[in-house]
Amino acid sequence: MSLLPWIPVATLAGAVLALAAGARSAAAARAVAMVTALFGLLAAGVAAARFTPSSELVTLVDVPWIAQLGIRYHLAVDGISLSLVVLTAIAATAGVLFSWTVAERVGEFFALYLTLVAGVYGVFLSADVFLLFVFYEIAIVPKYFLVAGWGSTRREYGAMKLVLYSFAGSALVLAGLVWTYGAGGAEGFSFGALTEAAARMSYGENVAAFGLVFFGFATLAGLFPLHTWAPTGHVAAPTAASMLLAGVVMKLGAYGCLRIALPFYPVGFAAWQMVIGWLAVAGIVYAGLVALVQRDFKFVIGYSSVSHMGFVMLGLATGEVEALGGATLQMFSHGVIAGLLFAVVGRMVYEREHTRDLVELEALPMHRRLPGAAAVFVLAGLASMGLPGFSGFPAELKILTGAWAFHPLWAVGAAGGVLVAGAFTLRVIQRAFFGRFSAVPATAAETPDQAVVPTRLTLPERLGALLLLAATILIGLKPDLLLDWIMPALQSPAFHFAASRAVP
Amino acid sequence: MSPLHLCLALSAALFCTGLVAVLIRGNAILVLLGVELMLNAANLNFLAFWRFGPGGGEAGLVFVLFSIAVAAAEAAVGMALVIAVHRHLRSIRIADANRLKG
Amino acid sequence: MLHASHLWLIPALPLLAAAVGAAAPRTARRLPVALALGAIIGSFLLSLAALAGALAAPAAKLTANFTWFWAGSTAVRLGWLLDPLGALMSVLVCGVSVLVFIFSTAYLRDDPRLGRFFTCLSLFVAAMLGLLVANSLLLLLVCWELVGLASYLLIGFWFERPAAAAAAKKAFITTRLGDLGFLLGLLWLFHATGSSLFYDGGAGVLEGGALERLAATTLPGGWTAATGIGLLLFAGAVGKSGQFPLHVWLPDAMEGPTPVSALIHAATMVAAGVFLVARVFPLMAADQGLGGVPVHALTAVAVIGSVTALLGALLAVAQTDIKRVLAYSTVSQLGYMMLAVGVGAWEAAVFHLITHACFKALLFLGSGSVIHAAHHEQDARRLGGLATRMRFTYVTFLLGTGALIGLPLVFSGFWSKEAVLHAAELWPVSHLPFLAGLAGVVLTAFYMTRLVSETFLGRARGDGAAHAHESPRAMTLSLAVLAVASVAAGWIGTPAWPWLQSQLTGAPVAAHGLGEGLGLMILSTVLVGAGIAAGGWMYAHSPRADDRAPDPLARRFPGVFAALVARLWIDEFYAATVGRLLRGAAALAAWLERWVWGGLVSLTGRVAETTGEVNRAIDEDGLNTGFDRASDGLRDAAQRYSRAQTGEVQGYLRAVVVGLAVLALLLVWGGIR
Repeated sequence: MSLLPWIPVATLAGAVLALAAGARSAAAARAVAMVTALFGLLAAGVAAARFTPSSELVTLVDVPWIAQLGIRYHLAVDGISLSLVVLTAIAATAGVLFSWTVAERVGEFFALYLTLVAGVYGVFLSADVFLLFVFYEIAIVPKYFLVAGWGSTRREYGAMKLVLYSFAGSALVLAGLVWTYGAGGAEGFSFGALTEAAARMSYGENVAAFGLVFFGFATLAGLFPLHTWAPTGHVAAPTAASMLLAGVVMKLGAYGCLRIALPFYPVGFAAWQMVIGWLAVAGIVYAGLVALVQRDFKFVIGYSSVSHMGFVMLGLATGEVEALGGATLQMFSHGVIAGLLFAVVGRMVYEREHTRDLVELEALPMHRRLPGAAAVFVLAGLASMGLPGFSGFPAELKILTGAWAFHPLWAVGAAGGVLVAGAFTLRVIQRAFFGRFSAVPATAAETPDQAVVPTRLTLPERLGALLLLAATILIGLKPDLLLDWIMPALQSPAFHFAASRAVP
Repeated sequence: MSPLHLCLALSAALFCTGLVAVLIRGNAILVLLGVELMLNAANLNFLAFWRFGPGGGEAGLVFVLFSIAVAAAEAAVGMALVIAVHRHLRSIRIADANRLKG
Repeated sequence: MLHASHLWLIPALPLLAAAVGAAAPRTARRLPVALALGAIIGSFLLSLAALAGALAAPAAKLTANFTWFWAGSTAVRLGWLLDPLGALMSVLVCGVSVLVFIFSTAYLRDDPRLGRFFTCLSLFVAAMLGLLVANSLLLLLVCWELVGLASYLLIGFWFERPAAAAAAKKAFITTRLGDLGFLLGLLWLFHATGSSLFYDGGAGVLEGGALERLAATTLPGGWTAATGIGLLLFAGAVGKSGQFPLHVWLPDAMEGPTPVSALIHAATMVAAGVFLVARVFPLMAADQGLGGVPVHALTAVAVIGSVTALLGALLAVAQTDIKRVLAYSTVSQLGYMMLAVGVGAWEAAVFHLITHACFKALLFLGSGSVIHAAHHEQDARRLGGLATRMRFTYVTFLLGTGALIGLPLVFSGFWSKEAVLHAAELWPVSHLPFLAGLAGVVLTAFYMTRLVSETFLGRARGDGAAHAHESPRAMTLSLAVLAVASVAAGWIGTPAWPWLQSQLTGAPVAAHGLGEGLGLMILSTVLVGAGIAAGGWMYAHSPRADDRAPDPLARRFPGVFAALVARLWIDEFYAATVGRLLRGAAALAAWLERWVWGGLVSLTGRVAETTGEVNRAIDEDGLNTGFDRASDGLRDAAQRYSRAQTGEVQGYLRAVVVGLAVLALLLVWGGIR
């Protein structure tokens, strides 16, 4: 008996328990959250160990829910969703570890956090569009409270922007899907039924419905120019929420595009393809350039997320199986790396130094005050630059290969984005950790207020960083681990739209 | 002119006297007296119809007895009200007791 | 003899040393050093075994390929390649590394981060060796990126110095600009052939079928896919090997510790670009026989190489920092190598690469010895007079100089430069590379004479030089070994016995005796002599009096000298164009983000707020007013009518009576029945 179908429910139960436990003591709430996250990790691990790759969605649970409309509580898994469930499990566990020091309203914090995680799990496991949408909404609401309640820098603004964008996006999606349901005369909300319904729509309707659904999802994925919620939201959010937002929630949008928008409306996709591809390339370069001139450490990371998600969207835009696999791999890779980067900025640096201003950090001997954080950030930065040995390299390589095959100019633009990524990553590494103050030799006497007492990382921080680093290096060296799940899933007829379409 | 008519004429005069007293006099006690006059005018009518009227039975006589009893009770309650009003307003002028005006 | 399938051991040993060294606690300073030395010596022995295996069958491309990951139906395959080129280069890299490692133990003895230094060095060597034995363009790119990373870490080793931090970043970004081309070339190649393996039993990209296909694929404008890919890959080599126009990072990279300059920025990593072009030479040459191609890939290589050879030599003339002179000299010599590849003589390029690695490592380590002895004084104007104080360093430095400027018959540089110039002379397309090469010979002799005179001759012009002593044994040992190599390395490829060339090409190269190239040799000897004479007359004949005296050249040609000192304003030009463009683009993007996309968001918010305001106005001023007025009217009316309730009982009674009277009259008159 697989534990997988229980993950969303168990996580929700954990949320309730955390709320109850929080009323008694913070430690109890933390323990509940940790156990819940570990349960997710365990369940995902067990499922991964027993998983047999195939092109089919393997049904886990399937019971009628709202029978009149043909809506079912249908959970199913294939290689793509399993990869993302594993990612969610890793990110959620690391997020709890990096939230160890949350001190106010701990019970509420973890309850909201786990609700968000449960929603994310649900989206990745849903095989019914309506159910998927419900989980999608479950994931949106706690974000607002997490950001507004525990955030920093302009948190009300960030939270509101985040939620408005999310709701606007999901409204587009809902409109498109309901239209398809009605206009195409669907029997229910299963993937197959809606795909058939979409096929019965006229050309114009199909194109328009694809636009609604795709750009609705792409809003959450941070596709340029719908990305502006992402940096402000990530910056305003507390560490664990930033990790989840950038690491996992942005993937919800990309997953929606991959799972719903593209397979449902191949005709509409063909019409929009060039637009999407160029927007993705523009986003990669543009967000990289913006990151190059930021003063706030966290904003740099926020924009780098947008830039990296551009690669995912570029992979999707090619519509080729190769690049779709690369996009999925990039979703995993970025989920892990972004989590790590936000953990360093938010938890390791900001909570200790109380500043994220690069000019102020530059004046501090950070590599001696926080040697551990410096080491983790350098590794994470290298991974973020797409250096070989880390998971970003095979993912971006696959995407670029696919992009070159489809439209060489896309590959040229995106490769330029890789260069910019190198520039802003090095800039932030040098400014934040190896700044001007380090010009004072290690042996020189220092004034008392600048006295350097190296701060060791706490045990939860070490464990969290280790978990994420291990994931990115493991996948970087052996991408087969994930690709062996992902590529068979992409052989499913649902993703044959690219093969059936004549490539010009 | 028959005895019945004479009685009725007397009764009407009596009633009108009482009615005018009720409507015009400012003193509450005099108003109560007026009410008594009107009641007695009615009683006189009952008696006149019992004595000279066409029907048989003793209904008119019985009504009068009831009426006298009720009038006694009414007079008692009325006097009590007047005393209460006087205590409250230091006046027994009806025009002073106008608290319920709009 | 080492089998191809075991080649991975060569890079694996230093990689392991780097990994263990990185994980070792900071307090264990000696451990990474010992590990690095042990690993590099192990790799050296393995490389020798590999070389023996390769030389046993020079023409055979022994490969060991494997699948990295499956991308659906297509496999991404990597592999190792055992051939004389890779094996020779491995021996060279390991050999120079061993000597530089030994030198470093003394040079950086007092540095608190000695362990980290050796960890980074090990990482570099591992990546460099992996690059050499890779049988896949992708694996080569992976290692290529990693050597870039190691170079970044080592240039910025003293990151406390802002110049070092800036130089590290500049080096990394500039070379990555070239890598962009490399990456795109790889993508194109992979797309066109479905493989990135060099040799794969006939299916590799450097083998017949694929090359024919690439050369036959034509693009608009007469280009072939082979030309396009070749030029893109060459862009990577331009970045890595400091070729014009991306040479600007290499002199700045001298901010790193001197052993790093010797190993990475003179002997090995910067030669990786030349190695790459030599490795993919069949691809670069695939468009050679085709008419209608606007620019053959190799022609571009030759042109860039010639420009770089001349430019580097010119700029070296006006430098005062010892290491910068040597750095520009490296740029120039790398130009010679590219020139040789471009004219088709890749084996001559590799020959020059090998000899250059020996004598340039020697020169850098010699300058390191000087800098170490002179308390980190590296401005030649404040040195001088070291010939007597550091006799051993002086002698080895002279030997290195002799090799670099190509003193005839004995020194290695003479033979390798001869091979390069000979090939350039025979190039049918143009004589310009040949002439540029000859001009470079004069300039090289001139600037090296200047450098030696300023540094070692005359009298000491600074405290550092005045108190200098000979360097410790570990340093002089490395110098001695390299000095021997600098002289002798040329003997393996002389025209009389072209062993190296025949091993590299895998086919016997006819020895053509001294007769054929004799004219050229005499010419270049004369040119070298002229350069030395000019330099000796200007600098050695009357050594500068103090460190502020103007340069003799500046007195004669002030305008030219100023231009050379300013490095022809190339850095400034880039700062004003590329740098400003990038900063402008970033500022534009930030502006867009703030005012356009952010503005759209604010605008939406503003619109929502305004709508709310309008709604409020309608509610309060429109709808509410009506209700209020109606309510007021109602209240007024009620007040008015309530006056009828006088509270006077008698009034009510009167009304009752009137009402009764009316009712009675109605009844009487029959109005109501």
